[in-house]
Amino acid sequence: MPIWTLYGLSRGLATTPWPGKGDSAQQQGVLGLPVFNPDRCDENCRACVDSCLPGAIGVEASVSGERLTIDYGKCIGCQLCTETCPGGALEKSDHWAFGVRRREDLVWTEALATQEAQELKNVIRSTFGRSLHIRHVDAGSCNGCESELQALNNPYYNLHRLGIFFTPSPRFADLLLVTGSVTYAMHEPLLETYNAMPKPKWVMATGTCAVSGGVTGGGYSCAHGLDGILPVDIYLPGCPPNPSAMIHALLLLLRRAEQMVHGGHYGQ
Amino acid sequence: MKETTERVLQPAEIAEACRQLTDQGARLQMAYAWFPEPGESPEVLYLADEGPGKPFPLLRCRLSRESVQLDSLASQIPLLGWYEREMTDLCGITFAGHPESHPLVLHEGARPPLPPLDPRYLKDQIMPYTEEAWDLPPVEGNDVQILPFGPVRGDVLESAQIVFYYIGEAILHCHPRLFFKHRGMEKRFEGLSPMMGTLIAERISGIGSVSHALAYCQAVENACECEIPVRARYLRSILAEMERLYNHLYYLGHLCHTTTLKVGEAQGKLLAEQCKQLNGFFTGSRFLSGLLKPGGLRRDLDLNGLPGRLRTLEPEIESYMRALETTNSHLDRLITTGHLPYQTAFDQGASGPIKRASGIRRDLRCDHPYAAYDSLTIKIPMCRDGDAHARAQIRMAEIRASIALILRGVEEMQEGAIDTELPMSPHAEGLGWCEGPRGSTYYCVHFDDSGRLARVKVKSPSFSNWRVFPFTVHDTNMMDYAINEASFGLTMAGCDR
Repeated sequence: MPIWTLYGLSRGLATTPWPGKGDSAQQQGVLGLPVFNPDRCDENCRACVDSCLPGAIGVEASVSGERLTIDYGKCIGCQLCTETCPGGALEKSDHWAFGVRRREDLVWTEALATQEAQELKNVIRSTFGRSLHIRHVDAGSCNGCESELQALNNPYYNLHRLGIFFTPSPRFADLLLVTGSVTYAMHEPLLETYNAMPKPKWVMATGTCAVSGGVTGGGYSCAHGLDGILPVDIYLPGCPPNPSAMIHALLLLLRRAEQMVHGGHYGQ
Repeated sequence: MKETTERVLQPAEIAEACRQLTDQGARLQMAYAWFPEPGESPEVLYLADEGPGKPFPLLRCRLSRESVQLDSLASQIPLLGWYEREMTDLCGITFAGHPESHPLVLHEGARPPLPPLDPRYLKDQIMPYTEEAWDLPPVEGNDVQILPFGPVRGDVLESAQIVFYYIGEAILHCHPRLFFKHRGMEKRFEGLSPMMGTLIAERISGIGSVSHALAYCQAVENACECEIPVRARYLRSILAEMERLYNHLYYLGHLCHTTTLKVGEAQGKLLAEQCKQLNGFFTGSRFLSGLLKPGGLRRDLDLNGLPGRLRTLEPEIESYMRALETTNSHLDRLITTGHLPYQTAFDQGASGPIKRASGIRRDLRCDHPYAAYDSLTIKIPMCRDGDAHARAQIRMAEIRASIALILRGVEEMQEGAIDTELPMSPHAEGLGWCEGPRGSTYYCVHFDDSGRLARVKVKSPSFSNWRVFPFTVHDTNMMDYAINEASFGLTMAGCDR
């Protein structure tokens, strides 16, 4: 055993300084959700709409004719639209911090709607200080989201340093973190877990399946994510969202980070 | 189907033909049913593996409209038990004389108006469900306690329920109730184009997205008689090995978690994270998804920097594995734990590192080479002990082999095209396979008259290994359970689909 103590010490510090310091270079090269450049879009081309399996890209009639709509809550980041778009209107990007408080903020709108202050009640900070205990429920995921959630506790992300912990019992949990599009068999266990949590409590829909169903929602055995099943406080799409995106969304809940996406626009 | 020897049989001949196959030393790999025409009777297919280099025997049998029934073979060929129950649940075929004739994939209380895989069942129609008690084996004796564990378990784990029958520390019987995560993924393929099907395949098991996409793409290419370029073959093998690498490293870290070797856990998971970061850096996806397509790859990858990065990681991995193999407290918990004998592994259908740890020398990469594995030869690591330690040792040997394979692959790979046109093939059928980190993955695809997917059958390794796992739990103790489960390295998503 002493050999392991020495082994651990000799490896030094493995944890990233982010988000305290530094940038998000730990996700170098990782593709996020595509970015939309409307001025490069040929209005009559529907290549991206046809290539979008979960139906995140659609067409909507407006005063000035038809226009493209993008719902990042449905995007599975498969990058097919960026490969089929002839004009480069949809491009690959490294945008992954897609955690939002309102589901509408994931829908791309032409003109940015004026943002009302969508602040969570101050009760979060006054109740929990800066700490948070999470109960995770897998309601029918592909295990991609779990793999990234498990990564949060590796020495690199070291979630504990931010005062955020996973707890085995819902009785100790402040946040219910749900992955998967909610299968018929997990519907009841999910509600029971939620009901077992003390108030005040929050819910985070993690991954595109939990946000909207993605490509697994619907069908004979699945719902379309959490909407209509539980009240959701934070939506985090991504297939799966990477660990940094998860940390960002958790800090967003604690009001320790700023929301990056408003009206489907990133970083404004 | 190409690469198979097909025999079309009458329902009454199936049992004899399956027995013949097993007598010849072949092992059944999967069985499934599909509906060639909407409203007509289903066809049942049995796929077997006869060993290295030989085509896969495939038995086909069209049931009559009047009697959608077959004799169960589960009491003679136990590994067929789950496939038969799955066909009952999803395709409405009954198997007479099945020793465990209760639902498997659909829980008690699920009442689809038609079998869900019947093409007349609408793709987006949710089935009615009311929660119902389920059949548990009866208990006798006052001292036996029952512990239902799950489906929401401690830590960040996938949903599954394990029911223990135990006295004190001793487990008498373990009864996993799975398929909480059944998402009906096979139904999702219906009506999709071959390209779109890849997106579904990648999302059946997120941490096996390359194996699933690879087996799927190969099945489509097999059906459409499409030869992919050499560079695409190499890239596919390299991606498959990168997937094995991060999975096996995480496995070692998680195994340390169950033996409470804290630094070992941290280091294993850190190494897995570093591999995922390499994946992200070189391919754009930490899970290596969004790269494969039927006909080749979606985009070319520049992997010139990969060998250098891997070589700096290699000594870290090596010293980590050496330290694990010399830590008595860790080894004490693994050696003799969860023993799986050769015969049980063979009869119940164990797959991948699990079967190789119990002495079954089968690896699809060598036996039926695909991608670039015909030029990238590998030595199959083998163990005979069949315990948790043997399962870990197999994975450690595979980590070393994967690194060597990636390095050789990148070195040998030539510039060139990465994809080719995929011909439209109405009514074509194909078989694809892949040896993933957890074992053998099989895909069978059937196209409809317009060249769209009519039926895709997915056999994931965890479906096989979950069936085997309880045999190693009976008559063991509670303290070893978590270690034993971790040593199998199972996923729910792949098993449940």
